[in-house]
Amino acid sequence: MTEQRTPLVEMKNISISFGGIHAVDNASVDLYPGEVVALLGHNGAGKSTLIKILSGAYRRDAGEILINGEPAEIGNPRDAKKYGIETIYQTLAVADNVDAAANLYLGRELRTPWGTLDDVAMEAKAREVMGRLNPNFQRFKEPVKALSGGQRQSVAIARAILFDARILIMDEPTAALGPQETAQVGELIKQLKREGIGIFLISHDIHDVFDLADRVSVMKNGQVVGHARTEDVTKDEVLGMIIMGKVPPKAIPGPGAMQMA
Amino acid sequence: MSMADITQANQTQGTQTSRARKANENLVKRFFRATEIDTRLLGMVGALIIIWLGFQVMTGGLFLTPRNLWNLTVQTSSVAVMATGMVLVIVTRNIDLSVGSVLGFCGMIMGVLQAQVLPQYLGLGHPAIWAITLACGIAVGAAIGALHGSIIAFLNVPSFIVTLGGLLVWRGATWFVTSGQTVAPMDTTFRLMGGGTQGSIGATASWVVGVLACIAIIGAVLNSRRQRKRFGFPLRPVWAEYFLTILGCALVLGAVSVANHYYWPINIARRYADANSIAWPDGGLQIPHGIAVPVLVAIVVGIVMTFIATRLRFGRYVFALGGNPEAAELAGIKTRWVTVKIFMLMGVLCAIAAAISTARLNAATNAQGELDELYTIAAAVIGGTSLAGGVGTIAGAMIGALVMQSLQSGMVLLGIDTPFQRIVVGVVLVTAVWLDTVYRARAK
Repeated sequence: MTEQRTPLVEMKNISISFGGIHAVDNASVDLYPGEVVALLGHNGAGKSTLIKILSGAYRRDAGEILINGEPAEIGNPRDAKKYGIETIYQTLAVADNVDAAANLYLGRELRTPWGTLDDVAMEAKAREVMGRLNPNFQRFKEPVKALSGGQRQSVAIARAILFDARILIMDEPTAALGPQETAQVGELIKQLKREGIGIFLISHDIHDVFDLADRVSVMKNGQVVGHARTEDVTKDEVLGMIIMGKVPPKAIPGPGAMQMA
Repeated sequence: MSMADITQANQTQGTQTSRARKANENLVKRFFRATEIDTRLLGMVGALIIIWLGFQVMTGGLFLTPRNLWNLTVQTSSVAVMATGMVLVIVTRNIDLSVGSVLGFCGMIMGVLQAQVLPQYLGLGHPAIWAITLACGIAVGAAIGALHGSIIAFLNVPSFIVTLGGLLVWRGATWFVTSGQTVAPMDTTFRLMGGGTQGSIGATASWVVGVLACIAIIGAVLNSRRQRKRFGFPLRPVWAEYFLTILGCALVLGAVSVANHYYWPINIARRYADANSIAWPDGGLQIPHGIAVPVLVAIVVGIVMTFIATRLRFGRYVFALGGNPEAAELAGIKTRWVTVKIFMLMGVLCAIAAAISTARLNAATNAQGELDELYTIAAAVIGGTSLAGGVGTIAGAMIGALVMQSLQSGMVLLGIDTPFQRIVVGVVLVTAVWLDTVYRARAK
């Protein structure tokens, strides 16, 4: 590692098991400001589970999380948000039956001086943010259920960036999208990166994320196979890490690396 | 500018802004879009009107009389109050089967308090008795609701089971309070909550309430218009605003007028005239009832609950929780507390409903509120609350309660036997939900 700065996030030796199965076993990953780290692995490799520990959805059994070098206690999604960690889930996690503005502000509603919901102000802000992300979006009054996959994705992303996130977690951000929308998300990621936000991209498809990421961390069977800078490795080498756990020479092996005979 | 001109101007403006989309819309569609009237609510009101007209014809003009409509609303109020809470319960994918028993228990506690306990300390007929009684009843209801909610939220027992247990427990507890004896009579002030000749606010006060409601409607329309202007959102066409305002005011004043055309029964009026030494006129003394207190209570509860459901953060959380519990949890909402609060609210509403029904009956009995849980759930469901969660309106549930009561009341007027009444109500419930399912499938 050439980086001398304090990492934005450092997850050290994280373990969690569900009913005897080690979903994540002694895994460590880190993330620097303005950096995109792709977390890769097959379905069930433990990447989503690891990241859900960071976003507060699961509680770790062992290990340590440092935010800006200081130990962070993350017990639920509210704690994570306090540290500026915002997550866009694979399932999108939007409430289908309420409109876009209500989803953007879910859990952090704007209120009038009388304590009632300030729907008008929320809608105004929603129009502004959505206008930046997806200028064609006009359906502010309809429940999110009525929107297309890409539109729902815009809502989920808008929600994450609305509150000045410092750390953004995107779980399969482009899985539900068409080519044009995928390109839009790519542009957005570059823009957020320039603003100094650290981004974890989680994907099981290397092609989705290789060009966007500065580094890759590969997981297999709940363990970290290794880390590498994308400029030091080829896609095929990373595929080798994902499938076989084979670590190329320029990558840093982790506990899950295949033991060379 | 005349109404036609305004319409014309808006049409021109509309065509300019989104010609392509509007070209395909016919007049009816454009009307609904401009006025933003909920078509499902409208459908329910339509069903209600059909039921009313049907009974009117079948009873030979007995149904749509001020007297019957007045009684209908009074009989509806207890279930309507509980139905507003049931909406929130069902929206979050829960159910409350215990409301009838909780009503019975709260009613019995309030009955014993005002008839046996408080008079010992304050003396019979003390003006504070009703207030203390009601406050205690509400506290008991809230406590029972909190207990149910906590078991559901923190011990993860399904609400169906918890409230099924509650149904048995609180009915049994009601019996234990007085070993099964009926408590009567109720405090005179408390009885005003039950309606009747005394429990109505009279003609003048009713008109005042009606005018205040009209002012509130106009204020709400103006305020929403001002808010939309503030942020430059598309406005409703002016003709639509006028239409909605006039319709709302006409409904309110019409309802007040109906209540004011139901006069005191002749012997009560005569007694009143004698007591106040008023000369008995030739045509008989016509003293209007005006709006009944329980109806007023139900309307206030409906407004407050609508406010809670749509204007407060809590209400937003209730609907988000019903739409996607996982998303709500991940958004950082304290979902368990929301559940506890919903059931507490339900308990409070049961206590209010208990006050209305004990006051109306002038007694607290063992069997009070039996089967009310089913009528309450049916009212909410007929009113468009989806058992799959996430969808429902307070106003819909209250209209649902009115539909149920209209059916029963109409069948009583027709002299239909109780067993057959139940059959009809059951069939209507299933049919209503089936129609709603069809509607939803089409709307998608």
